[in-house]
Amino acid sequence: MVKPLHAKLFRDLWRIKGQAFAIMVVIGIGVALQVMMSGLVASLTQTRDTYYERHQFADVFASVVRAPEHVAHQLRDIEGAAAIDTRVTGFALIDVAMRDLPVSARVLSLASDNQHHLNEIRLTSGRRPEVGHSQEVVLLESFALAHNILPGNQISVTLNGSRRIFDVVGTAQSPEFIYYAAPGEIIPGHARFGVIWIGRPALAAALDLKGAFNEVLLTLRRDANLDAVLDSIDRILEPYGSAGAYGVENHTSNRFLTEEISGLEVSAKNVPPVFMLVAAFLLYIVISRMVQSEREEIGLMKAFGYTDTEVSIHYLQLIVMIALGGALLGCALGVVLGRLTIPIYTTYYKLPFLLFRLDASSFLTGILTSVTVASLGGAIVLRRIFRLAPAEAMRPPTPPDYSKTGSFGKRIVSYLDQPTRMVLRRVIRQPFRMLGAVVGIAAGMALSLSMLIIYEGFDEALDRTFNVIDRSDAFVTFTAPASNKVIYEMQRINGITLVEPVRSVPVILRNGRRNYAGAITGLAPNAQLFRALDASVQPIALPAKGVVLSTPLATILNLEVGESIILDIRQGSQPTIATRVAAITESLMGSPAFMDIDALNGLIDEENRLSGAYLSIQDGENTDVYNLLKDMPMVAGVSLRVEAEKAFQDIMDQGAGSSRFIMGFMAFAITFGIIYNAARVAKDERTRDLASLRVMGFYQSETAFVLLGELAVVTLVALPLGVLLGNVLSHLIAAGFSTDLYQIPVVFAPNATGTAIAIVVGAALTSGWLVKRDIDQTDVITALKTRE
Amino acid sequence: MLDHGQTEPYAAFRTKGLSKIYGEGRSAVHALRGVDLEIGRGEIVVLLGPSGSGKSTLLNILGGLDRASEGDAWFGGQCLTKMSNRELTTYRRNHVGFVFQFYNLMPSLTARENVELVTEIAENPISADEALNVVGLGKRLDHFPAQLSGGEQQRVAIARAVAKQPEVLFCDEPTGALDSTTGRAVLRVLQDVNEKLGTTILIITHAAATAAMADRVINFSDGAIRDVQLNNNPVDAEEIEW
Ligand SMILES: Nc1ncnc2c1ncn2[C@@H]1O[C@H](COP(=O)(O)OP(=O)(O)O)[C@@H](O)[C@H]1O
Ligand SMILES: [Mg+2]
Repeated sequence: MVKPLHAKLFRDLWRIKGQAFAIMVVIGIGVALQVMMSGLVASLTQTRDTYYERHQFADVFASVVRAPEHVAHQLRDIEGAAAIDTRVTGFALIDVAMRDLPVSARVLSLASDNQHHLNEIRLTSGRRPEVGHSQEVVLLESFALAHNILPGNQISVTLNGSRRIFDVVGTAQSPEFIYYAAPGEIIPGHARFGVIWIGRPALAAALDLKGAFNEVLLTLRRDANLDAVLDSIDRILEPYGSAGAYGVENHTSNRFLTEEISGLEVSAKNVPPVFMLVAAFLLYIVISRMVQSEREEIGLMKAFGYTDTEVSIHYLQLIVMIALGGALLGCALGVVLGRLTIPIYTTYYKLPFLLFRLDASSFLTGILTSVTVASLGGAIVLRRIFRLAPAEAMRPPTPPDYSKTGSFGKRIVSYLDQPTRMVLRRVIRQPFRMLGAVVGIAAGMALSLSMLIIYEGFDEALDRTFNVIDRSDAFVTFTAPASNKVIYEMQRINGITLVEPVRSVPVILRNGRRNYAGAITGLAPNAQLFRALDASVQPIALPAKGVVLSTPLATILNLEVGESIILDIRQGSQPTIATRVAAITESLMGSPAFMDIDALNGLIDEENRLSGAYLSIQDGENTDVYNLLKDMPMVAGVSLRVEAEKAFQDIMDQGAGSSRFIMGFMAFAITFGIIYNAARVAKDERTRDLASLRVMGFYQSETAFVLLGELAVVTLVALPLGVLLGNVLSHLIAAGFSTDLYQIPVVFAPNATGTAIAIVVGAALTSGWLVKRDIDQTDVITALKTRE
Repeated sequence: MLDHGQTEPYAAFRTKGLSKIYGEGRSAVHALRGVDLEIGRGEIVVLLGPSGSGKSTLLNILGGLDRASEGDAWFGGQCLTKMSNRELTTYRRNHVGFVFQFYNLMPSLTARENVELVTEIAENPISADEALNVVGLGKRLDHFPAQLSGGEQQRVAIARAVAKQPEVLFCDEPTGALDSTTGRAVLRVLQDVNEKLGTTILIITHAAATAAMADRVINFSDGAIRDVQLNNNPVDAEEIEW
């Protein structure tokens, strides 16, 4: 087009650089989040899918107590089954140097032929065990690294009651242990849980499973009907003590990873638009102000013969330049953020490789949406250009008409001084602009507040789980349900002050067509160390009849207190029992169900048996206690509450810690963007008024009040709205993120609220200060000479 | 003619070698080149001179809106050129009223409220209603600027300037944007204020005829005073030939 207009374009951009930059930052953050999150989704999905495919990750899993190998042929004939593999698995304890207590571990058999097998391991160092070398094992890489064990080292392992020395010949990763935690925990502690692969003959011999298997892996054909396959497997394995077959979507490692990905997907769709809308609103205000003050120039250009479109394009170019600038900034920032996030993911998700894969389309989406949304914000303003008659533009400006607002609450007004009236009248005269600013600030605040509330929810979950529900010092699991006598044995150990038995029984809970494969935990009556608590955090007395469901279970099964439920018990005589829901308990980890321990044992005719025990240990006696526990043959593992709590705390401090910071920054940026723009526009519009006040003898601080008072009003109105929106949003987020794996409580969060308010007020003060500095530097006489 | 070197006890303003240079080096503009001046209390002073001759600059310095580059200016016994920014603000707040060509009213305040803006912070104001009565707008107290004509807006501006009962009133082309009838009415208002309140008034104008209403006429050219005339028989503003 025309050169002078181009010069004007760049000069305008330079003149409003502060505002333009603030808007670019808002757009940039939106685009960055989108690029980062969709990039992470692409990276994680791709890596997962490739990994699963290359290592033939199974689609269906089923475990039994013991099934003869020939049963596998029956399974192979199931319609829809593609490949099938059997294996032998068990639990073991590994002695490690850095810990008094042995580490519990899964032991898996490794086929020694050279065929392709399901859930194939990925060797990361060393080699596989050689055929016939029964003392050779492969260790899970992250565990080996955590304990500094290298191929060539030896480890001492207690397997099925007897201690043996193994040679570590390699380390490996596995698609079934991408995300894993010690039993009963959800946060990975790579040092506290291990996986050992041993050649199948050796392991079968050690576990008395020669010629038999206790786990089946299965892949499906494309056209297979999962439910039908699961039913068939259950039917075939029924006689062998099946715990119920389940699909890969219920595989713990896969579930954690998949839910992380879908959480990211949801955020990638929902969070960036908030930033885009705020940016569009800001552009609307800035361009609107610009067109208003350039009425004369616009009229002049029109009088010279420029068309409406040509004039509009000029302003549109400005909008597009800001939007593009922001989008490009966002793309770059998104890549950086994505790269920075990858190490956090690889800490918790053990993938063979994870490169931040740019989703090229996300660049395009980011740029297109920001330009489109920004232009829409501007287009509303540009209509005014079309409406402006050239002659009108040349007339001297008439003062904006406040007469319509003059009559409001005369009595109230009479108590106010003139500057306050000026502030209030302006707020009232431009309700939509003020409302826009209020909503924008509230939205930014809500975004950060909700995240802060969620984090406080995590803290609450941490406290509830480790200090209120579980008050023990350690939890001991047994290799097999043990007799009551073990309680007395442990009570005799010097240093153990309290022992509470626990019985855990695998079960499928059913209500009509709804069902959930889980476990029922039997607790001692009047338990002190681990308790089922109700919504008001009061212990629930376990009744002699009926089962207590945790909230997620009640939701999944759609059951309320008093309704009947079917328990399909997968242990012992495997009875199917109809009973009632006795109570609902609030638990934040997993989806437990509780019963009285004797009632539970009664159901399966295994009186006086326990699968584990909660211990209270006297301070200072720990080491001795651990040594004694370690030597008890039936002990499969001991987990310490402090360690589990620390693992949880660590994840909060690392991952969540940095997100807290990012969230805080984003709220600051949005609030700052909005308030700074509002303040700048208000200042530009009122340079003359402010100069007049200065001429009349108002001090700088008094003059600033007239301008900043408006911002204070907007900010103050936005604060309660932001708190409200933040709380609503946190409920939505908590509901969205809570699964049967873990639940996020939404808590009353005075700290989070205080922080969010501080961030918003800080941003408001910063922009107020910047604008006040501008006012103070404005030359009174020059300001009076300007015509508008 | 007054003797310029002489310090008279009743002088409202006195300047000595007052200079103002805008910019630096080659692009420097000498807006004032050593102005020596004395203005008596209660006088109406008219400043005449071509555009760009430095009239506004002088008025702004005397009004405490701008600072001189060299020389001194006194308001009574106070030396304006030695004051801090805050002291200048206080000086404006307590002693000075301004009227400009563009009325500079607050659009969000009614006529009365615009005046109250000043009475609220002044030490010894008359009421806003009274000030608006003085300028003949007693019946339009609750109108917003957008509802008033140019002449009426300027009269509100004058009421706002005089409501604090300032010792001095500075008017920079107060009739510049008005037609002759309205302009005369506005000048009449200024004369009234001078008579009723004894306010010293400095008026910058392009209309040489306005000189007829002044006690003292200062002719400006090129940043310096060319001559000063005293008028012993100021006429009524209504009789000025436009
Ligand atoms: N802020 C300023 N910067 C530079 N030059 C200025 C400024 N203000 C006034 N001038 C110059 O000073 C001279 C006197 O200006 P001014 O006092 O406004 O004249 P008058 O009021 O007599 O028309 C003019 O040449 C003008 O261009
Ligand atoms: Mg001038």
